[in-house]
Amino acid sequence: MGSNKDIELIEDGKRMDGREFDELREITIKAGVLKRADGSAYLEWGKNKIMAAVYGPREMHPRHAQETRKAVVRARYNMAAFSVPDRKRPGPDRRSIEISKLVSEALEKVVFTEKYPRSVIDVFIEVLQASAGTRCGGLTAASVALADAGIPMSDLVASCASGKIEGQVVLDLGKNEDNYGQADVPVGYIPRSDDICLLQMDGNLTEEEYEEAMDMAIEACKEIHGIQREALRERYSTELKDENEKDLAEGV
Amino acid sequence: MKEILSKITKDYLYRLVKEGKRVDGRNMFEYRDIEIKAGEIEPAEGSARVRLGDTDVYVGTKMDVGEPFPDTPESGVLTTSAELIPMASPEYESGPPGEDATELARVVDRGVREGEVVDTSELCIEEGEKVWILFIDIHVLDYDGNLFDAAGIGVMAALMDTVVPASKFDDAKKEEDYPLPIDHVVVPATFTKIKDQILLDSQLEEEKIADARLTVSLNENDEIVAMQKGLRGVFDYESTKECIKKAKDICSETREKVIEEVGRENI
Amino acid sequence: MSKDETKRELLLPGDEIEAEGLKPGKGVFKKDGKIYAAKLGIKNIRKGYVNVAAQSGRYDPSEGDKVIGTVSDIDASYWTVDVNAPFPAVLHVNDVPWRVDYGDTGSYIQVGDALLIKITDVDEQKRMQITIDEEGLRKLDVGQIIEIPPFQVPRVIGRGGSMISMLKKYTGCKIFVGQNGRIWIDGDLEGQYLAVKAIKMIEENAQAIGLTEAIESFLKKETGKDFDD
Repeated sequence: MGSNKDIELIEDGKRMDGREFDELREITIKAGVLKRADGSAYLEWGKNKIMAAVYGPREMHPRHAQETRKAVVRARYNMAAFSVPDRKRPGPDRRSIEISKLVSEALEKVVFTEKYPRSVIDVFIEVLQASAGTRCGGLTAASVALADAGIPMSDLVASCASGKIEGQVVLDLGKNEDNYGQADVPVGYIPRSDDICLLQMDGNLTEEEYEEAMDMAIEACKEIHGIQREALRERYSTELKDENEKDLAEGV
Repeated sequence: MKEILSKITKDYLYRLVKEGKRVDGRNMFEYRDIEIKAGEIEPAEGSARVRLGDTDVYVGTKMDVGEPFPDTPESGVLTTSAELIPMASPEYESGPPGEDATELARVVDRGVREGEVVDTSELCIEEGEKVWILFIDIHVLDYDGNLFDAAGIGVMAALMDTVVPASKFDDAKKEEDYPLPIDHVVVPATFTKIKDQILLDSQLEEEKIADARLTVSLNENDEIVAMQKGLRGVFDYESTKECIKKAKDICSETREKVIEEVGRENI
Repeated sequence: MSKDETKRELLLPGDEIEAEGLKPGKGVFKKDGKIYAAKLGIKNIRKGYVNVAAQSGRYDPSEGDKVIGTVSDIDASYWTVDVNAPFPAVLHVNDVPWRVDYGDTGSYIQVGDALLIKITDVDEQKRMQITIDEEGLRKLDVGQIIEIPPFQVPRVIGRGGSMISMLKKYTGCKIFVGQNGRIWIDGDLEGQYLAVKAIKMIEENAQAIGLTEAIESFLKKETGKDFDD
């Protein structure tokens, strides 16, 4: 969180991009976009452009990383060199390693890992264009890719950040808000069980502000959950009127 | 993890090729659908996404100000990298670029460099002190064969889409951003040899049974600016000449597509 | 949820399923007395169980499945076979129709060979036992193998085998559809080529209405044959 008093983030009760305090940037998701991966999803969230892909369950290499009773969900978050204003040097850095770990843990919570002992479910997140909120976007896209890959899971994880700018709690920080705001709270949320599976915070919040920020983020996650579901429906719902065809689809 | 193609499937593919047929019904020297989109990545100075059938490649360029190489004090610096990330294929692994990614980057780089696509002397800010560094990054998202052409086409389109961010640097000599000076339009055509048959734009299965590969990069005057024979098989001399002849028409069509998409006139 | 009775019901992970008096079957999970979809798929009810049939994803091996495998490695007393599942299967010398001496495995089956296999057991660790020592099972010496997503296998077979027998009839090919989504096709080159094209059509239009008719008219057009007369 930076603290540049000269950067104006709120004007006439609205944010600089015209959003209300509790308004999301525009989000679109498309499921099943890659050929080789077992499942995939492409997400645009404001100016973020993110691809997620899933391979597996497949044999875990190296072997010593295998778990005898469950699958390991292994996410790899990566930013393309050209995704940010200053070229990002290829390869993992401390930030991407940490995000990969948190995303792996968040996703593992909803995957029925015990169904595939000793295997790995690889989740690849590639940020093609970054504009604040890529870990939330990546986690959101990855959930859709997991479902697209037919992975057994209890729910889709939805993710969104809230934060504080000019003393005001707001939802889904944009780039300047992220850079010059006072707090950032990325949240991963499992709607069906009402659980938080990702939570980070940096900056400065009172207890009341924390609660307000969380309420906002959770409400937004529910909305994002709807967008995720719609993306999967779009990909898989095709009307079948013929009874025979219907039976076949059901795997008779 | 290496994928295995069964022997009988290989035999079928060989028989098919021998009969002059391809798995997807194409002619021997026909591309799959090519889709080029330039300028999709905002933070990049220039960008292009190329879909060649189901092969999907993003290319982005970034520019920075730095020091020239001592032996070329009046030239900007050009550097090309490729990442074959594990998203793109079950056979790719995480980690620093391996030999395939390095070969890909270098072949594409050679086309740009030797084809004098970019006027690097224009990228000199202060002789021996300050020049533009141009980074070209190739990011493969889906691998279904023929990365060489997808990447080569993507790089050309991305370069033509590139705007030099002079206004962001105090010491860039010029105050306003300007289009990257482009002198030539170089595109590759990659041929694959399977037994005695030569074909263009191999898709994945064809690539798996390929004996040899030949990439020919041509400029708009049909001059050859870079070539690369890859894989363990060989070409006879006559076939290489044949490939170059074919490449002329093929590359000129590709070049038109790139120019049409980028829509840049000052070349 | 669906207003139209003939519309299939697509479920997403975590969807609650109306299942009064039904027991949880495959592809579902039970929590606090309610049944939920555990994967993306189509709901079906069989013998008092509610299931979700996958509409995507990898092959999930189950006992009794006949599948097509490719040999990936050889040891002195067994072969490792890739069957498109999360893990490779192991074929022991006891499970082949020949008497194979220790160390002589390579004389019978080699890396890259294709096999028509039956899965005889899947343990909790998803380890499979397989055999080719049964009637109809064998090493496949001719033809070719193509792959489709495993959940589309029923579409290629068709209701009561209607699709597959039509494909065989028009192309003159022998065709075997493995439960793992691998399809073996053998016949003359023209026939194989046509069969592959038709199967790709099924794959791409798997959910289309009147698919069988569309495939039949395609095959009629391509072959000039007409079995309706």
